[in-house]
Amino acid sequence: MSMRVVAVKPLLYGLIIPVLLLATWQILGARGMISPLLFPTPSRIYEDFHSMLVSGELWTNLRISLVRALWGFLLGGGLGALAGLLVGLFRQLERAIDPSLQMIRMIPHLAVTALFILWFGIGETSKVLLIAKGAFFPLYINTFLGIRNADNKLHEVSRVLGFGFFKRSFLMALPSALPNIFLGIRLSLGVAWLSLAVAELLGSTEGIGYLMMDARMLGRTSVVFVGIAIFAVIGKLSDSLVRGIERRALRWNDTYRG
Amino acid sequence: MGAALLEIRELSKSFRTDSKTVQALHHIELDVQEGEFVTVIGPSGCGKSTLLRIVAGLDVGYEGQATLDGRAISGPGIDKGFIFQEPRLFPWLTVEKNIAADLSLRNPEVKRRVGELIELVRLNGFEKAYPKELSGGMAQRVSIARALLRNPRILLLDEPFGALDAFTRAHMQEVLLDIWRRNGTTMIFVTHDIDEAVFLGSRIVILKPRPGEIRAKIGVDLPYPRKKASAAFQDFRMRVLNEFERIDELSWGEAGAGI
Repeated sequence: MSMRVVAVKPLLYGLIIPVLLLATWQILGARGMISPLLFPTPSRIYEDFHSMLVSGELWTNLRISLVRALWGFLLGGGLGALAGLLVGLFRQLERAIDPSLQMIRMIPHLAVTALFILWFGIGETSKVLLIAKGAFFPLYINTFLGIRNADNKLHEVSRVLGFGFFKRSFLMALPSALPNIFLGIRLSLGVAWLSLAVAELLGSTEGIGYLMMDARMLGRTSVVFVGIAIFAVIGKLSDSLVRGIERRALRWNDTYRG
Repeated sequence: MGAALLEIRELSKSFRTDSKTVQALHHIELDVQEGEFVTVIGPSGCGKSTLLRIVAGLDVGYEGQATLDGRAISGPGIDKGFIFQEPRLFPWLTVEKNIAADLSLRNPEVKRRVGELIELVRLNGFEKAYPKELSGGMAQRVSIARALLRNPRILLLDEPFGALDAFTRAHMQEVLLDIWRRNGTTMIFVTHDIDEAVFLGSRIVILKPRPGEIRAKIGVDLPYPRKKASAAFQDFRMRVLNEFERIDELSWGEAGAGI
Protein backbone atom coordinates (compact mmCIF):
# COMPACT_ATOMS: atom_id res chain seq x y z
CA MET A 1 0.00 0.00 0.00
CA SER A 2 2.75 2.39 0.93
CA MET A 3 4.36 1.64 -2.44
CA ARG A 4 1.29 3.02 -4.21
CA VAL A 5 1.31 6.17 -2.15
CA VAL A 6 4.96 6.70 -3.05
CA ALA A 7 4.23 6.23 -6.75
CA VAL A 8 1.10 8.40 -6.89
CA LYS A 9 2.21 11.31 -4.72
CA PRO A 10 4.83 12.86 -7.03
CA LEU A 11 2.34 12.62 -9.91
CA LEU A 12 -0.22 14.55 -7.86
CA TYR A 13 2.30 17.20 -6.95
CA GLY A 14 3.20 17.65 -10.60
CA LEU A 15 -0.47 18.08 -11.52
CA ILE A 16 -1.25 20.93 -9.10
CA ILE A 17 -0.07 23.78 -11.31
CA PRO A 18 -1.57 22.58 -14.65
CA VAL A 19 -4.95 21.80 -13.04
CA LEU A 20 -5.18 25.17 -11.28
CA LEU A 21 -4.23 26.95 -14.48
CA LEU A 22 -6.79 25.08 -16.60
CA ALA A 23 -9.57 25.61 -14.06
CA THR A 24 -8.96 29.36 -13.85
CA TRP A 25 -8.79 29.60 -17.62
CA GLN A 26 -12.03 27.68 -18.10
CA ILE A 27 -13.90 29.79 -15.54
CA LEU A 28 -12.63 33.08 -16.95
CA GLY A 29 -13.46 31.98 -20.50
CA ALA A 30 -16.92 30.70 -19.64
CA ARG A 31 -17.78 34.03 -18.00
CA GLY A 32 -16.64 35.89 -21.09
CA MET A 33 -13.85 37.66 -19.24
CA ILE A 34 -11.21 36.75 -21.86
CA SER A 35 -11.41 36.80 -25.65
CA PRO A 36 -12.64 33.49 -27.09
CA LEU A 37 -10.66 34.17 -30.27
CA LEU A 38 -7.31 34.61 -28.50
CA PHE A 39 -8.00 32.23 -25.60
CA PRO A 40 -10.56 29.58 -26.51
CA THR A 41 -11.59 27.75 -23.36
CA PRO A 42 -10.01 24.39 -22.50
CA SER A 43 -13.31 22.63 -23.17
CA ARG A 44 -13.44 24.17 -26.67
CA ILE A 45 -9.84 23.10 -27.32
CA TYR A 46 -10.70 19.62 -26.16
CA GLU A 47 -13.65 19.42 -28.55
CA ASP A 48 -11.40 20.30 -31.49
CA PHE A 49 -8.82 17.83 -30.26
CA HIS A 50 -11.48 15.14 -30.11
CA SER A 51 -12.78 15.77 -33.61
CA MET A 52 -9.23 15.82 -35.05
CA LEU A 53 -8.55 12.56 -33.25
CA VAL A 54 -11.69 10.90 -34.60
CA SER A 55 -11.10 12.09 -38.18
CA GLY A 56 -7.56 10.66 -38.06
CA GLU A 57 -6.12 14.04 -39.04
CA LEU A 58 -4.24 14.32 -35.78
CA TRP A 59 -2.64 10.90 -35.86
CA THR A 60 -1.55 11.20 -39.51
CA ASN A 61 0.25 14.46 -38.84
CA LEU A 62 1.59 13.42 -35.47
CA ARG A 63 3.11 10.31 -36.95
CA ILE A 64 4.91 12.33 -39.59
CA SER A 65 6.24 14.72 -36.94
CA LEU A 66 7.35 11.88 -34.68
CA VAL A 67 9.22 10.17 -37.50
CA ARG A 68 11.01 13.41 -38.39
CA ALA A 69 11.95 14.11 -34.79
CA LEU A 70 13.13 10.56 -34.28
CA TRP A 71 15.35 10.48 -37.37
CA GLY A 72 16.73 13.90 -36.63
CA PHE A 73 17.45 12.92 -33.04
CA LEU A 74 19.07 9.60 -33.99
CA LEU A 75 21.21 11.20 -36.67
CA GLY A 76 22.24 14.30 -34.73
CA GLY A 77 22.36 12.74 -31.28
CA GLY A 78 24.22 9.67 -32.53
CA LEU A 79 26.84 11.75 -34.32
CA GLY A 80 27.04 14.08 -31.32
CA ALA A 81 27.72 11.22 -28.91
CA LEU A 82 30.29 9.72 -31.28
CA ALA A 83 32.05 13.06 -31.77
CA GLY A 84 31.98 13.73 -28.02
CA LEU A 85 33.49 10.31 -27.36
CA LEU A 86 36.30 10.75 -29.89
CA VAL A 87 37.08 14.34 -28.95
CA GLY A 88 36.98 13.32 -25.29
CA LEU A 89 39.43 10.48 -25.86
CA PHE A 90 41.90 12.26 -28.15
CA ARG A 91 43.27 15.61 -27.12
CA GLN A 92 44.66 16.27 -30.60
CA LEU A 93 41.18 15.81 -32.05
CA GLU A 94 39.84 18.23 -29.47
CA ARG A 95 42.28 20.88 -30.64
CA ALA A 96 41.49 20.15 -34.27
CA ILE A 97 37.70 20.04 -34.37
CA ASP A 98 36.23 21.39 -31.15
CA PRO A 99 36.71 25.08 -32.06
CA SER A 100 34.89 24.59 -35.38
CA LEU A 101 32.08 22.67 -33.72
CA GLN A 102 31.64 25.37 -31.09
CA MET A 103 31.38 27.93 -33.88
CA ILE A 104 28.69 25.92 -35.66
CA ARG A 105 26.89 25.55 -32.36
CA MET A 106 26.48 29.30 -32.10
CA ILE A 107 24.81 29.66 -35.51
CA PRO A 108 21.11 30.25 -34.88
CA HIS A 109 18.64 27.70 -36.16
CA LEU A 110 16.69 30.26 -38.10
CA ALA A 111 19.82 31.39 -39.91
CA VAL A 112 20.63 27.94 -41.27
CA THR A 113 17.00 27.11 -41.98
CA ALA A 114 17.07 29.51 -44.91
CA LEU A 115 20.15 27.79 -46.31
CA PHE A 116 18.81 24.29 -45.72
CA ILE A 117 15.60 25.11 -47.57
CA LEU A 118 17.66 26.58 -50.38
CA TRP A 119 19.82 23.48 -50.60
CA PHE A 120 17.36 20.70 -49.90
CA GLY A 121 13.98 22.28 -50.59
CA ILE A 122 11.19 22.07 -48.04
CA GLY A 123 11.18 18.27 -48.15
CA GLU A 124 12.06 15.85 -45.38
CA THR A 125 15.83 16.23 -45.76
CA SER A 126 16.02 19.84 -44.68
CA LYS A 127 13.78 19.19 -41.69
CA VAL A 128 15.63 16.12 -40.48
CA LEU A 129 18.95 17.93 -40.89
CA LEU A 130 17.74 20.94 -38.96
CA ILE A 131 16.58 18.69 -36.12
CA ALA A 132 19.88 16.81 -36.28
CA LYS A 133 21.83 20.05 -35.99
CA GLY A 134 19.91 20.89 -32.84
CA ALA A 135 20.21 17.41 -31.31
CA PHE A 136 23.93 17.14 -32.04
CA PHE A 137 25.31 19.62 -29.55
CA PRO A 138 23.84 18.65 -26.18
CA LEU A 139 25.01 15.07 -26.65
CA TYR A 140 28.35 16.18 -28.03
CA ILE A 141 29.13 18.50 -25.13
CA ASN A 142 27.87 16.19 -22.40
CA THR A 143 29.55 13.06 -23.72
CA PHE A 144 32.79 15.00 -23.99
CA LEU A 145 32.41 16.36 -20.45
CA GLY A 146 31.55 12.93 -19.09
CA ILE A 147 34.67 11.38 -20.60
CA ARG A 148 36.84 14.20 -19.28
CA ASN A 149 35.25 13.98 -15.84
CA ALA A 150 36.24 10.33 -15.49
CA ASP A 151 38.08 9.92 -12.21
CA ASN A 152 41.83 9.97 -12.66
CA LYS A 153 42.02 7.43 -9.82
CA LEU A 154 40.07 4.96 -11.94
CA HIS A 155 42.34 5.75 -14.83
CA GLU A 156 45.25 4.67 -12.64
CA VAL A 157 43.38 1.47 -11.82
CA SER A 158 42.97 0.78 -15.52
CA ARG A 159 46.73 1.21 -15.95
CA VAL A 160 47.48 -1.15 -13.07
CA LEU A 161 45.08 -3.69 -14.59
CA GLY A 162 47.04 -3.46 -17.82
CA PHE A 163 44.18 -2.01 -19.91
CA GLY A 164 45.16 -0.89 -23.38
CA PHE A 165 43.49 1.95 -25.23
CA PHE A 166 40.28 0.12 -26.11
CA LYS A 167 39.68 -1.35 -22.68
CA ARG A 168 40.49 1.95 -21.06
CA SER A 169 38.01 3.71 -23.33
CA PHE A 170 35.15 1.26 -23.19
CA LEU A 171 35.52 -0.28 -19.72
CA MET A 172 36.57 2.86 -17.86
CA ALA A 173 35.97 6.18 -19.64
CA LEU A 174 32.65 5.42 -21.35
CA PRO A 175 30.85 3.96 -18.30
CA SER A 176 32.17 6.90 -16.25
CA ALA A 177 30.54 9.22 -18.75
CA LEU A 178 27.13 7.51 -18.64
CA PRO A 179 25.44 9.94 -16.20
CA ASN A 180 26.47 12.83 -18.45
CA ILE A 181 25.47 10.96 -21.59
CA PHE A 182 21.97 10.45 -20.22
CA LEU A 183 21.71 14.14 -19.44
CA GLY A 184 22.84 14.79 -23.02
CA ILE A 185 20.16 12.44 -24.38
CA ARG A 186 17.45 14.27 -22.46
CA LEU A 187 18.65 17.69 -23.60
CA SER A 188 19.07 16.48 -27.19
CA LEU A 189 15.55 15.06 -27.26
CA GLY A 190 14.23 18.39 -26.03
CA VAL A 191 16.13 20.33 -28.65
CA ALA A 192 15.04 17.88 -31.37
CA TRP A 193 11.46 18.54 -30.41
CA LEU A 194 11.94 22.31 -30.48
CA SER A 195 13.75 22.11 -33.82
CA LEU A 196 10.90 20.09 -35.20
CA ALA A 197 8.51 22.92 -34.41
CA VAL A 198 10.82 25.45 -36.07
CA ALA A 199 11.21 23.29 -39.17
CA GLU A 200 7.51 22.59 -39.55
CA LEU A 201 6.33 26.11 -38.81
CA LEU A 202 8.64 27.58 -41.42
CA GLY A 203 7.54 25.50 -44.33
CA SER A 204 5.69 22.25 -44.38
CA THR A 205 2.63 20.58 -45.79
CA GLU A 206 2.14 18.01 -43.07
CA GLY A 207 2.97 17.49 -39.42
CA ILE A 208 1.82 19.04 -36.17
CA GLY A 209 3.65 22.29 -36.91
CA TYR A 210 1.86 22.51 -40.26
CA LEU A 211 -1.51 21.97 -38.55
CA MET A 212 -0.71 24.88 -36.25
CA MET A 213 0.42 27.16 -39.09
CA ASP A 214 -2.67 26.30 -41.09
CA ALA A 215 -4.97 26.88 -38.12
CA ARG A 216 -3.35 30.20 -37.35
CA MET A 217 -4.05 31.47 -40.85
CA LEU A 218 -7.63 30.27 -40.67
CA GLY A 219 -8.10 31.82 -37.25
CA ARG A 220 -8.70 28.49 -35.53
CA THR A 221 -6.85 29.37 -32.38
CA SER A 222 -8.06 26.29 -30.54
CA VAL A 223 -6.16 24.05 -32.99
CA VAL A 224 -3.01 26.07 -32.29
CA PHE A 225 -3.53 25.24 -28.63
CA VAL A 226 -4.02 21.56 -29.48
CA GLY A 227 -0.64 21.64 -31.22
CA ILE A 228 1.01 23.34 -28.26
CA ALA A 229 -0.48 20.79 -25.87
CA ILE A 230 0.76 17.93 -28.03
CA PHE A 231 4.30 19.33 -28.11
CA ALA A 232 4.21 19.73 -24.34
CA VAL A 233 2.73 16.32 -23.53
CA ILE A 234 4.80 14.27 -25.97
CA GLY A 235 7.93 16.15 -25.00
CA LYS A 236 7.29 15.36 -21.36
CA LEU A 237 6.47 11.71 -22.09
CA SER A 238 9.68 11.17 -24.07
CA ASP A 239 11.68 12.80 -21.29
CA SER A 240 10.04 10.58 -18.68
CA LEU A 241 10.83 7.53 -20.79
CA VAL A 242 14.52 8.44 -20.92
CA ARG A 243 14.55 9.17 -17.20
CA GLY A 244 13.04 5.77 -16.53
CA ILE A 245 15.76 4.08 -18.57
CA GLU A 246 18.35 6.28 -16.87
CA ARG A 247 17.19 5.26 -13.41
CA ARG A 248 17.61 1.61 -14.29
CA ALA A 249 20.89 2.01 -16.10
CA LEU A 250 22.44 4.16 -13.37
CA ARG A 251 21.27 2.09 -10.39
CA TRP A 252 24.90 1.91 -9.29
CA ASN A 253 25.26 5.68 -9.11
CA ASP A 254 25.71 6.87 -5.53
CA THR A 255 24.58 10.48 -5.61
CA TYR A 256 22.46 12.85 -3.58
CA ARG A 257 18.80 12.25 -4.33
CA GLY A 258 17.25 15.32 -2.73
CA MET B 1 70.17 -17.83 -2.23
CA GLY B 2 69.31 -17.23 -5.90
CA ALA B 3 68.43 -13.98 -7.60
CA ALA B 4 65.75 -12.02 -5.81
CA LEU B 5 62.28 -11.57 -7.30
CA LEU B 6 62.58 -7.80 -6.96
CA GLU B 7 65.94 -6.07 -7.09
CA ILE B 8 66.35 -2.38 -6.41
CA ARG B 9 69.78 -0.86 -6.88
CA GLU B 10 70.92 2.70 -6.32
CA LEU B 11 67.36 3.91 -6.84
CA SER B 12 66.85 7.66 -6.65
CA LYS B 13 63.90 9.78 -7.60
CA SER B 14 63.38 13.51 -7.44
CA PHE B 15 60.39 15.69 -8.15
CA ARG B 16 60.64 19.13 -9.60
CA THR B 17 58.30 21.76 -8.28
CA ASP B 18 58.17 25.35 -9.52
CA SER B 19 61.22 26.59 -7.72
CA LYS B 20 63.13 23.64 -6.35
CA THR B 21 63.91 19.98 -6.77
CA VAL B 22 62.80 17.65 -4.01
CA GLN B 23 64.75 14.46 -3.52
CA ALA B 24 62.04 11.88 -2.78
CA LEU B 25 64.23 8.79 -2.73
CA HIS B 26 67.97 8.54 -2.43
CA HIS B 27 70.12 5.47 -3.15
CA ILE B 28 67.60 2.82 -2.18
CA GLU B 29 68.97 -0.75 -2.11
CA LEU B 30 66.43 -3.49 -1.56
CA ASP B 31 66.01 -7.13 -2.55
CA VAL B 32 62.71 -8.90 -2.07
CA GLN B 33 62.70 -12.69 -2.24
CA GLU B 34 59.83 -14.70 -3.60
CA GLY B 35 57.21 -15.31 -0.89
CA GLU B 36 58.41 -12.56 1.42
CA PHE B 37 56.06 -10.18 3.21
CA VAL B 38 57.93 -6.90 3.39
CA THR B 39 56.40 -4.02 5.29
CA VAL B 40 57.73 -0.55 4.56
CA ILE B 41 57.31 2.01 7.29
CA GLY B 42 58.31 5.60 7.76
CA PRO B 43 56.99 9.05 8.61
CA SER B 44 55.01 10.96 6.00
CA GLY B 45 57.15 12.43 3.27
CA CYS B 46 59.72 9.64 3.45
CA GLY B 47 58.95 8.49 -0.08
CA LYS B 48 57.44 5.12 0.83
CA SER B 49 54.51 5.55 -1.54
CA THR B 50 56.84 6.77 -4.27
CA LEU B 51 58.96 3.65 -3.83
CA LEU B 52 55.86 1.48 -4.19
CA ARG B 53 54.64 3.37 -7.25
CA ILE B 54 58.01 2.94 -8.92
CA VAL B 55 57.86 -0.81 -8.32
CA ALA B 56 54.31 -0.79 -9.75
CA GLY B 57 55.52 1.01 -12.86
CA LEU B 58 53.18 3.94 -12.16
CA ASP B 59 56.02 6.39 -11.60
CA VAL B 60 58.77 6.29 -14.14
CA GLY B 61 61.73 8.55 -14.65
CA TYR B 62 63.86 7.29 -11.79
CA GLU B 63 67.60 6.82 -11.55
CA GLY B 64 69.16 3.49 -10.77
CA GLN B 65 67.68 0.07 -11.35
CA ALA B 66 64.47 -1.67 -10.43
CA THR B 67 63.96 -5.15 -11.84
CA LEU B 68 61.22 -7.72 -11.37
CA ASP B 69 62.19 -11.25 -12.40
CA GLY B 70 65.35 -9.73 -13.83
CA ARG B 71 63.49 -7.39 -16.19
CA ALA B 72 63.61 -3.63 -15.73
CA ILE B 73 60.30 -2.15 -14.59
CA SER B 74 59.11 0.20 -17.31
CA GLY B 75 55.35 0.45 -16.81
CA PRO B 76 52.35 -0.93 -14.97
CA GLY B 77 50.95 -4.38 -15.64
CA ILE B 78 49.04 -7.25 -14.13
CA ASP B 79 52.22 -8.97 -12.91
CA LYS B 80 52.39 -6.20 -10.29
CA GLY B 81 49.12 -6.09 -8.36
CA PHE B 82 48.48 -2.72 -6.74
CA ILE B 83 46.13 -1.93 -3.88
CA PHE B 84 45.52 1.79 -3.42
CA GLN B 85 44.66 3.56 -0.21
CA GLU B 86 41.03 3.70 -1.37
CA PRO B 87 39.39 0.64 -2.96
CA ARG B 88 38.90 2.39 -6.32
CA LEU B 89 36.26 -0.01 -7.57
CA PHE B 90 34.32 0.63 -10.76
CA PRO B 91 31.05 1.96 -9.29
CA TRP B 92 28.96 0.66 -12.21
CA LEU B 93 30.06 -2.96 -11.76
CA THR B 94 28.89 -5.50 -9.19
CA VAL B 95 31.38 -7.13 -6.85
CA GLU B 96 32.00 -10.14 -9.07
CA LYS B 97 32.26 -8.01 -12.21
CA ASN B 98 34.67 -5.66 -10.47
CA ILE B 99 36.89 -8.60 -9.64
CA ALA B 100 36.67 -9.92 -13.20
CA ALA B 101 37.03 -6.36 -14.67
CA ASP B 102 38.15 -6.92 -18.27
CA LEU B 103 37.74 -10.71 -18.06
CA SER B 104 34.39 -12.26 -18.93
CA LEU B 105 32.44 -14.10 -16.26
CA ARG B 106 30.98 -16.21 -19.08
CA ASN B 107 34.33 -17.94 -19.20
CA PRO B 108 33.82 -20.84 -16.74
CA GLU B 109 37.45 -20.70 -15.62
CA VAL B 110 37.18 -17.00 -14.76
CA LYS B 111 33.85 -17.62 -13.04
CA ARG B 112 35.34 -20.41 -10.95
CA ARG B 113 38.38 -18.39 -9.90
CA VAL B 114 36.29 -15.32 -9.07
CA GLY B 115 34.14 -17.57 -6.89
CA GLU B 116 37.23 -18.90 -5.12
CA LEU B 117 38.55 -15.39 -4.51
CA ILE B 118 35.21 -14.20 -3.16
CA GLU B 119 35.49 -17.10 -0.73
CA LEU B 120 39.08 -16.18 0.09
CA VAL B 121 38.29 -12.54 0.88
CA ARG B 122 35.11 -13.62 2.70
CA LEU B 123 32.53 -11.83 0.60
CA ASN B 124 30.13 -14.71 -0.02
CA GLY B 125 26.63 -13.44 -0.68
CA PHE B 126 27.81 -10.06 -1.98
CA GLU B 127 28.61 -11.17 -5.54
CA LYS B 128 25.83 -9.03 -7.04
CA ALA B 129 26.20 -6.00 -4.75
CA TYR B 130 27.29 -2.64 -6.10
CA PRO B 131 30.25 -0.80 -4.51
CA LYS B 132 27.97 1.82 -2.97
CA GLU B 133 26.37 -0.96 -0.91
CA LEU B 134 29.69 -2.10 0.60
CA SER B 135 31.52 -0.93 3.70
CA GLY B 136 35.06 0.37 3.33
CA GLY B 137 36.62 -2.90 4.47
CA MET B 138 34.49 -4.98 2.12
CA ALA B 139 35.30 -2.73 -0.82
CA GLN B 140 39.01 -2.99 -0.08
CA ARG B 141 38.70 -6.80 -0.02
CA VAL B 142 37.11 -6.65 -3.48
CA SER B 143 40.08 -4.66 -4.76
CA ILE B 144 42.46 -7.25 -3.26
CA ALA B 145 40.54 -10.03 -5.00
CA ARG B 146 40.66 -8.06 -8.26
CA ALA B 147 44.44 -7.91 -8.06
CA LEU B 148 44.82 -11.57 -7.02
CA LEU B 149 42.71 -12.85 -9.93
CA ARG B 150 45.55 -11.76 -12.23
CA ASN B 151 48.06 -13.97 -10.40
CA PRO B 152 50.51 -11.12 -9.78
CA ARG B 153 54.17 -11.94 -9.17
CA ILE B 154 54.05 -9.39 -6.39
CA LEU B 155 51.25 -7.58 -4.56
CA LEU B 156 51.92 -3.94 -3.69
CA LEU B 157 49.75 -2.39 -0.99
CA ASP B 158 49.84 1.36 -0.36
CA GLU B 159 48.44 1.95 3.15
CA PRO B 160 45.41 -0.12 2.17
CA PHE B 161 43.82 -0.18 5.62
CA GLY B 162 44.63 3.40 6.58
CA ALA B 163 41.05 4.61 6.25
CA LEU B 164 39.48 1.76 8.21
CA ASP B 165 38.48 1.71 11.86
CA ALA B 166 40.64 -0.27 14.31
CA PHE B 167 38.43 -3.39 14.40
CA THR B 168 37.98 -3.62 10.65
CA ARG B 169 41.67 -3.01 10.22
CA ALA B 170 42.60 -5.88 12.55
CA HIS B 171 40.21 -8.14 10.67
CA MET B 172 41.66 -7.09 7.31
CA GLN B 173 45.16 -7.84 8.56
CA GLU B 174 44.03 -11.38 9.42
CA VAL B 175 42.44 -11.75 5.98
CA LEU B 176 45.63 -10.60 4.28
CA LEU B 177 47.85 -12.94 6.30
CA ASP B 178 45.45 -15.76 5.47
CA ILE B 179 45.82 -14.97 1.75
CA TRP B 180 49.59 -14.82 2.08
CA ARG B 181 49.68 -18.15 3.94
CA ARG B 182 47.46 -19.88 1.38
CA ASN B 183 48.73 -18.34 -1.88
CA GLY B 184 52.30 -17.49 -0.96
CA THR B 185 51.98 -14.18 -2.86
CA THR B 186 54.98 -11.91 -2.39
CA MET B 187 53.85 -8.71 -0.68
CA ILE B 188 55.19 -5.22 -0.17
CA PHE B 189 52.99 -3.38 2.29
CA VAL B 190 53.44 0.32 2.95
CA THR B 191 52.10 1.69 6.23
CA HIS B 192 52.76 4.33 8.84
CA ASP B 193 51.44 2.15 11.64
CA ILE B 194 54.22 0.39 13.57
CA ASP B 195 51.89 -2.27 15.01
CA GLU B 196 50.66 -3.11 11.56
CA ALA B 197 54.19 -3.34 10.16
CA VAL B 198 55.33 -5.67 12.95
CA PHE B 199 52.16 -7.74 12.90
CA LEU B 200 52.27 -8.44 9.16
CA GLY B 201 55.86 -8.35 7.96
CA SER B 202 58.38 -11.09 7.70
CA ARG B 203 60.75 -8.17 7.24
CA ILE B 204 60.45 -4.48 8.01
CA VAL B 205 62.08 -1.75 5.99
CA ILE B 206 62.30 1.57 7.84
CA LEU B 207 62.60 4.71 5.75
CA LYS B 208 63.65 8.15 6.90
CA PRO B 209 62.58 11.38 5.19
CA ARG B 210 64.39 14.21 3.39
CA PRO B 211 65.79 12.60 1.42
CA GLY B 212 63.99 9.24 1.53
CA GLU B 213 66.59 6.71 2.52
CA ILE B 214 66.52 3.27 4.06
CA ARG B 215 67.24 3.61 7.76
CA ALA B 216 67.12 -0.07 8.62
CA LYS B 217 65.97 -3.47 7.40
CA ILE B 218 64.89 -5.77 10.20
CA GLY B 219 63.88 -9.40 9.85
CA VAL B 220 60.90 -10.17 12.07
CA ASP B 221 61.59 -13.54 13.67
CA LEU B 222 58.27 -13.76 15.52
CA PRO B 223 56.25 -16.83 14.51
CA TYR B 224 52.83 -16.41 12.93
CA PRO B 225 50.10 -16.04 14.08
CA ARG B 226 51.35 -13.14 16.14
CA LYS B 227 49.70 -11.79 19.24
CA LYS B 228 49.85 -8.03 19.54
CA ALA B 229 49.59 -8.23 23.32
CA SER B 230 52.47 -10.71 23.73
CA ALA B 231 55.74 -9.64 25.36
CA ALA B 232 57.78 -10.72 22.33
CA PHE B 233 55.65 -8.57 20.04
CA GLN B 234 55.98 -5.58 22.33
CA ASP B 235 59.76 -6.05 22.54
CA PHE B 236 59.98 -6.04 18.79
CA ARG B 237 57.78 -3.01 18.56
CA MET B 238 60.17 -1.18 20.91
CA ARG B 239 63.07 -2.00 18.62
CA VAL B 240 61.30 -0.41 15.69
CA LEU B 241 60.28 2.56 17.80
CA ASN B 242 63.90 3.09 18.82
CA GLU B 243 64.87 3.31 15.18
CA PHE B 244 62.20 5.96 14.74
CA GLU B 245 63.48 8.02 17.58
CA ARG B 246 66.87 8.08 15.97
CA ILE B 247 65.20 9.28 12.75
CA ASP B 248 63.51 12.05 14.67
CA GLU B 249 66.75 13.25 16.17
CA LEU B 250 68.43 13.18 12.78
CA SER B 251 65.74 14.84 10.70
CA TRP B 252 64.85 17.51 13.24
CA GLY B 253 68.48 18.36 13.47
CA GLU B 254 68.87 18.70 9.71
CA ALA B 255 65.60 19.90 8.27
CA GLY B 256 64.09 21.87 11.11
CA ALA B 257 60.33 22.33 11.02
CA GLY B 258 59.74 20.17 7.99
CA ILE B 259 56.45 18.59 8.86
